[in-house]
Amino acid sequence: MPILRIPTQLRTLTGGAGEVAVDGATVGDALKALDAAHPGFGERLFDADGKLRRFVNVFVADEDIRFLQGTDTPVTDTTTVSIIPAVAGG
Amino acid sequence: MSTAPFVDSLRCRECARAYPVEALHVCEFCFGPLEVAYDYEAIAASVTREKIAAGPSTIWRYADLLPASAENPVNLGAGFTPLVRADRLAAELGLGELWIKNDTLNPTGSFKDRVVSVALTKARELGFKVAACASTGNLANSVAAHAARAGMESIVFIPYDLEQAKIITTAVYGGTLIAVDGSYDDVNRLCAELTSEHPAWAFVNVNVRTYYAEGSKTLAYEVAEQLGWQAPDHVVVPIASGSQLTKIHKGFQELHQVGLLDGDEPPHVRISGAQAEGCSPVATAFAENSDIIRPQRPSTIAKSLAIGNPADGFYALDIVRKTGGAIGSVTDPEIVDAIRLLARTEGIFAETAGGVTIATLAKLAASGVIRRDERVVAYVTGNGLKTIDAVSPHVGPTATIAPTLDAFNEAAVDAGLSLED
Repeated sequence: MPILRIPTQLRTLTGGAGEVAVDGATVGDALKALDAAHPGFGERLFDADGKLRRFVNVFVADEDIRFLQGTDTPVTDTTTVSIIPAVAGG
Repeated sequence: MSTAPFVDSLRCRECARAYPVEALHVCEFCFGPLEVAYDYEAIAASVTREKIAAGPSTIWRYADLLPASAENPVNLGAGFTPLVRADRLAAELGLGELWIKNDTLNPTGSFKDRVVSVALTKARELGFKVAACASTGNLANSVAAHAARAGMESIVFIPYDLEQAKIITTAVYGGTLIAVDGSYDDVNRLCAELTSEHPAWAFVNVNVRTYYAEGSKTLAYEVAEQLGWQAPDHVVVPIASGSQLTKIHKGFQELHQVGLLDGDEPPHVRISGAQAEGCSPVATAFAENSDIIRPQRPSTIAKSLAIGNPADGFYALDIVRKTGGAIGSVTDPEIVDAIRLLARTEGIFAETAGGVTIATLAKLAASGVIRRDERVVAYVTGNGLKTIDAVSPHVGPTATIAPTLDAFNEAAVDAGLSLED
């Protein structure tokens, strides 16, 4: 099962856990499974149109999914998927 | 420990949910960035031009409008840098009234001292003992220096391929400096994850970013004060994350809100943005008239602007459109030419980000976006000594000679020098 890494801001939904294993063959499936296991993720990660909110960044094996196939990006049992809020720079 | 008296709460910029004044930067609901919300009526009742003029020659003269207490700031003297009239550059570019905000003259040579002074002052108020950051170099310098000044530990993360000067000018302050084998966006992602793992560290541009970003408002306050409490017509600002541009806009609007500006109407300052072509996600969205900012993999000599995934890009785009500005992008050779142009005409040596600003200013002037009848301010935000590699292939001694009059006379003729007087 792919591993999802959960940022601090969303750990209230996982009972404090920083990593959660879920089923799914794509990023989108895995995030849906996450919402099923821990209700509340769906509305926080996706907007009313079902698209990822613009300040939510998702990385598969350290690569931004916008450089891959978005939520259709395939994941395997050994994949780590990180959910990270956008941050500013300098 | 006293805190900033006029800060009300933190508020999500996307969904307006309110949060307490703590080390929070992201809305727990929608991940939108948090903003400091102030009690502007109370500020208006407290602040006056005279009070500001009697304050220190640093950003802390505007303490009423900042989110940290000015009683004991972490201060190396950031801010109140010169605003210089740039007639020679204006003549070259066909502009009328042009000013340069020379922010190369901050304690560590960039505008980052403004934001870091605010961030670490607030971090100390909140009880943090460790200052950390992800940086393209300028922030690294500033965090290491201000942490040293404050007696705080510093942990700074940079991309491994930064300019040598920026590495040395961070390392010298004696904190921990970690070079990461990746781009700035990789470093930033790592730091976002580290923030979750190490809540006792104040990552200035992550968990205390809400306060940090407010420091950039002083770039607007100072320009207005230096122009006799008037806002300019048009400003040109470099875009990396987009935060600085949005805060300059906010700064001008706030000055009106608290009654410090001349005139009864809110100022209409056109705000234009500048990016390097090798990292131009916001300029590309502007050119394509799109609301979607696609992340890029940066490849430019303007490393201090090389953020391929700019968090405040949406807001910067929105402000530029709303105010009738534009966003230009320029090539690496144009950046080098602009650094030399600014140095040659105004005696100011800017780093590559300043080259981006001046090259974009030139382009927008040539295309008529910036008009001759406007009072224009270009923000030059970093010192050229930090990115000397960018210009070193292009400038050097006019001649190398033997220590004799004959040798000099010969070289002078070759160089076209007049020897009449």
